[in-house]
Amino acid sequence: MSALVRVQDLSMRFDVSPPWLNRVLERKPRQFVHAVDGVSFEIPKGKTLALVGESGCGKSTVARLLVGLYRPSAGAMAFDGRDTREWFAAKDAQALRKRLQMIFQDPYASLNPRWKVGAIVAEPLTEQAILTDPAAIRARVAELLTLVGLNPADSAKYPHQFSGGQRQRISIARALATAPEFLVCDEPTSALDVSVQAQVLNIMKDLQQQQGLTYLFISHNLAVVRHMADQIGVMYLGRLVELADKPTLFATPHHPYTRMLLDAIPDIHLTGRSRVAVQGEVPNPLNPPTGCSFHPRCPHANARCALERPALNELKGIRVACHAVEEGRI
Amino acid sequence: MNTKNKPALLQVRELSVEFPTRHGVLKALDRVSFDIAPGEILGVVGESGAGKSLTGAALIGLLEPPGRISGGEVWFEGQRIDKLGAAAMRALRGRKIGAIFQDPLTSLNPLFTVGQQLTETIQAHLPLNAAQARDRAIDLLRQTGIPAPEARIDQYPHQFSGGMRQRVVISLALAAEPKLIVADEPTTALDVSIQAQIIQLLKRVCREHGAAVMLVTHDMGVIAETCDRVAVMYAGRVVETGPVHQVIHCPAHPYTIGLMGSIPAMDEERERLLQIDGAMPRLNAMPPGCAFHPRCSQALPRCKEAVPQLLPVGATHAACWLHHSEGRA
Repeated sequence: MSALVRVQDLSMRFDVSPPWLNRVLERKPRQFVHAVDGVSFEIPKGKTLALVGESGCGKSTVARLLVGLYRPSAGAMAFDGRDTREWFAAKDAQALRKRLQMIFQDPYASLNPRWKVGAIVAEPLTEQAILTDPAAIRARVAELLTLVGLNPADSAKYPHQFSGGQRQRISIARALATAPEFLVCDEPTSALDVSVQAQVLNIMKDLQQQQGLTYLFISHNLAVVRHMADQIGVMYLGRLVELADKPTLFATPHHPYTRMLLDAIPDIHLTGRSRVAVQGEVPNPLNPPTGCSFHPRCPHANARCALERPALNELKGIRVACHAVEEGRI
Repeated sequence: MNTKNKPALLQVRELSVEFPTRHGVLKALDRVSFDIAPGEILGVVGESGAGKSLTGAALIGLLEPPGRISGGEVWFEGQRIDKLGAAAMRALRGRKIGAIFQDPLTSLNPLFTVGQQLTETIQAHLPLNAAQARDRAIDLLRQTGIPAPEARIDQYPHQFSGGMRQRVVISLALAAEPKLIVADEPTTALDVSIQAQIIQLLKRVCREHGAAVMLVTHDMGVIAETCDRVAVMYAGRVVETGPVHQVIHCPAHPYTIGLMGSIPAMDEERERLLQIDGAMPRLNAMPPGCAFHPRCSQALPRCKEAVPQLLPVGATHAACWLHHSEGRA
């Protein structure tokens, strides 16, 4: 199976240095946050890769890198076999943008409140000059709204007239307007209530089956990820610590952080169960720990983990970055 | 109503809250009733706008005007508290009823050290001098799992991380040994790994201090592992209440059934989630009869006409006409 999206050693660092004058007068050093640090994965056509992790682990930065909202500091990304770093800068960048679209987290912030729904959904069509005839645009908007379970008559309304779940459907309709092959979904349901979340997740799954869409699905909720994904990547402080097929990851999680995350989820079917809460908190990304960034919280850490950064190694069909797993200690 | 011979710590009877607006009066809570026994953890669950936070705010007298209690009674330790004045309510709040809110940053004053805030609360409610109050504050911080409390007590809230701040807020709520703690979404603003720590902490310290908890959350998972009993709210009404195990495994109300089915499970694979079509009605467009009937697949003609009462169904109580034919109800 050929991969539609291929990412190799992708890194993004943000300059958070103090202003020049402070650096000169107070001799403060330059500072960088490594939001994404050497992430590699590939997504086969028609499949879903989910990235999970806690706030600040860099999962949203990966999403923004993939759709070209940020330029990576290092590493390579390829879409359908062509390097996207070069493609986004090339003359035919429109052709690429048409093929990948993004759905954002907050449906209250990602729709222009002054535009009617019809104009919002039609914007990609006119922007990319896919359709120019107003009647054809109207027909396509009606078709898209129907596809996500809304009424074509809704195109005359404003976003504030819709509930959160309906707004997220409008975002999905807008993202589908250019008939993309690849959708990047950054926490598409975190702002929604559970019964509404179920509606949106069901629509996304139906659309994937009908249109053969490929998803990068970003979420902090492992239960949602389990419902949506084929492959799961677990991120911690900008690095991918484990990448595995869904059944393998849930049945035999290898990395201690993955185990901790799985253990930390309150499950409705286990009433009165007491969980082993992992101690400590995510360290400051400005000053990440040496070696394996998880070692201060890890129950299996030893001297090697504090010194040497583990690589993402292949192990029995999964990829995991952990010295303890590699040495067979756990 | 006779309350003397009942063991409940808190009794809420037919509590209604309304908001007068230019376009008429909006009923945000409609005859909500429940009890909390001493030391019990009651979960209040529902979607945004169901009225769960409002219930907590009404209990502790922190309704934002123009919101007002328009009916019903609230009894706490045999005393009626819904009609208390502001001063009497203030004496009760903190001393007998503690509160924990969702965002730990906005519930702490950024201009004072956590020690100043803790000792202020302790001295306001307990007859202790400054040194004793400080010792007690350090002790509380230690109980809530803050490392090196002697040093951290003199730090400001911004020097604490989100999880640590919520620990400070929990110590503040426990400062005067209250009998009841109203915790409004205490873990929603936190990451999952921190969430687990805070939930365990809340459960442990409340057991040690013998405090009952009213835990307001939208997360069924948190309810499942923390609470003894649960009340499910929909559109300002309690639609189902009962022991947490019963409500999760054999819910009676169609809304509770839909809510449980729409949560992706960790232990089983499902191709599609059960979905409840539509959304919760707005307060200004509340349907007549049962508020859930426009979304309910089993609605009867009767559901559109009359509001069902909360009556026993199996091991839980549910407000649904499916379970109460006219003869039985």
